[in-house]
Amino acid sequence: MTRSIAIHITVAMSLFAGCSPTAPVVVGAKKFTESVILAELGARLAGEAGVPSRRDDLGGTPALWLALKQGDIDAYPEYTGTITRQILKDDPPDVGAALAEHGVRISKPLGFRNNYALGMRKDTAASKGIRSISDLRRHPDLKLGFIHEFLDRPDGWPGVKQHYSLPQANVQGMNHTLAYRSLVEGAIDVTEVYTTDGEISQYDLLILADDLDFFPAYEAVWLYRADLKKRYPKVVEQLLRLEGQVSEQAMQKMNAEVQQKKADEGIVAGDFLTQKLGIKPAGGGPGIAARVLKATGQHLLLVVPSLLVAIVVGVPLGIVAARRERLGRVILVVIGVIQTIPSLALLLFMIPVMMWLVGQGTGAPPAVAALFLYSLLPVVRNTHTGLTGIPASTIESAEALGLPAWAVLRRVALPLASPTILAGVRTAAVINVGSATLGGFIGAGGYGEPILRGLDKFDIPLMLEGAIPAAVMAIAAEALFGLAERRTIK
Amino acid sequence: MTHALFSLDDVAKGFTGRPALGPITLRIPAGQTTVLIGPSGCGKSTLLRLLIGLVAPDSGTVTFDSTVVSSSTARMVRLRTGYVIQDGGLFSHLTARGNVSLLARHLGWDASRINSRISELAELTRFPVDGLDRYPQQLSGGQRQRVGLMRALMLNPDSLLLDEPLGALDPLVRADLQTELRDIFRSLGKTVVLVTHDLGEAAFFADRVVLLKDGRVVQEGLVADLWHRPEDPFVTRFVQAQRGPQISEETA
Repeated sequence: MTRSIAIHITVAMSLFAGCSPTAPVVVGAKKFTESVILAELGARLAGEAGVPSRRDDLGGTPALWLALKQGDIDAYPEYTGTITRQILKDDPPDVGAALAEHGVRISKPLGFRNNYALGMRKDTAASKGIRSISDLRRHPDLKLGFIHEFLDRPDGWPGVKQHYSLPQANVQGMNHTLAYRSLVEGAIDVTEVYTTDGEISQYDLLILADDLDFFPAYEAVWLYRADLKKRYPKVVEQLLRLEGQVSEQAMQKMNAEVQQKKADEGIVAGDFLTQKLGIKPAGGGPGIAARVLKATGQHLLLVVPSLLVAIVVGVPLGIVAARRERLGRVILVVIGVIQTIPSLALLLFMIPVMMWLVGQGTGAPPAVAALFLYSLLPVVRNTHTGLTGIPASTIESAEALGLPAWAVLRRVALPLASPTILAGVRTAAVINVGSATLGGFIGAGGYGEPILRGLDKFDIPLMLEGAIPAAVMAIAAEALFGLAERRTIK
Repeated sequence: MTHALFSLDDVAKGFTGRPALGPITLRIPAGQTTVLIGPSGCGKSTLLRLLIGLVAPDSGTVTFDSTVVSSSTARMVRLRTGYVIQDGGLFSHLTARGNVSLLARHLGWDASRINSRISELAELTRFPVDGLDRYPQQLSGGQRQRVGLMRALMLNPDSLLLDEPLGALDPLVRADLQTELRDIFRSLGKTVVLVTHDLGEAAFFADRVVLLKDGRVVQEGLVADLWHRPEDPFVTRFVQAQRGPQISEETA
């Protein structure tokens, strides 16, 4: 048991280590099932080359492309239509050459297409006589719901709307899984689908005909760093084994396994590799206890360092704020403003910042940085409140004794303010444990990973696998600090 | 007049534009008890705080034993001066012993020296030994005042400044403590400056009294002179306003 804890800590520590010589090959994934399955296939194939490898779930296309160019990840699955319309924003005759300019290589198609399309409930479509995208023009009142990325992409809603001159104004941004559920419940009428989505057959949806040929072909391919071929030629060799091997049918089946039967992506990917390429599974996925333990280790590695740094920085800031009234107001306002930034936005903002500071823009560093900023407010504010709340006569008595200023602070002011400061640290710790789940968005691991994957798959037990331990950790932090507070207050 | 331990020369101090004190010139003689008296807001506490540099004068100089009190010399002055405020001004996170020994610990005294000094002081101030390990909030008002006094006397300073030290106590405890304090002052022979608005208390302690009004010295000298040789109609008003049974007994 102790040994496995040690292993998990080592694994989590390696997330911090960044690009050391033994750094594993990282295969990136976008935050939807198909991409995760493909990345899982890639990570397992890379492992076949005898190189340590792992999957990293990062978010949308821009984040993946940036991570690939910067070397945070070595490869990720992409679609040809996305490469031309969103990444290159151009339709060059030789896509391979255009990508090579960015130090990126492209594989041959993996075998299936996952085209964008617009989907509707069959009954809704029939009642309005809609069969193609052009037909939507006659129904301006339809409610549309798309994922945020589709709303922004030139090959997404803005392009479709322009190409077909569509009049709809009621368009909402939402999560992909949620969009399907809203469509089924009738809360929206149209959403974007991927043609390999398991939900299309599950909910028996109508795919609107792209009668004016707007959507390009989205053939799945690998994008990988050109230097990967030099560093690990065998890994590239293994990745390319997947070329032409994944049929549309096979992909739909794998998606459905995960989406509907709540199977683990790793297991689904392992089964496919066994059947198709005769690769033996590397032993089943870890059990729930091992998964929770690993997530706990990762979560603590997000929460504890960020909290410690917040204390080391926040207490002195609070002291300065208490000493200098005008500067103090500025400090408290600035930190208060940071607190109002939505946590996800702050997290994304930290990606380039940490890239610049420590050379690693995904994983733990940006998450720790964002959590640090969040923890700052309660620590600084409570230090300030604790110190300014001490009666002036008490401070004057300490000064009158002949103690130098620093000794007044250390021997009198800080001890008197310590219950308040500790209460601030306690608040920060609890907020931190909760906010750290957002680390799942940028591959920082922790409890956020099962929660987000569970949300994507609408897999409630998987969500709870992250949510329950997170709640327990928050309660434990609360209790621990409560105990410490009672010991300081005599 | 004996040698002056504290001197103020043309000292003025204002707060947020309003003059609080002076300009005044004053000598505090060594080895005597000087009482600063006057109505609320007359500047007597400000004057006391000026003496050890807790506030800096806007103009003029404060001198302690021929050293000008400034931000760089204030610490030395404070180490040679004990300062006691109403209710003792104790630190609530420290026990009585912790309060008394704080400065000595900071200066690196060893434990046995600290303990023997605390025993001496507890005896001097008649503080119960078993109270030494209590926190201020577990002590009575009179006991807190004794702890404040012990803390001020820990380094055996040359002088002792007290700002309304007995203001928060009920009359019986106050009367007992007054007697004890006066005995302590006499036995130690220190320079004492005591601030009060109570004329009876002033008369009880003072070798010399300084009556202040609106930041200015109205009269200084012997207490009895306030009655017998008032230098200003305000002196008479102040004396009459405060005359009570205790005072007539004292002055009889």
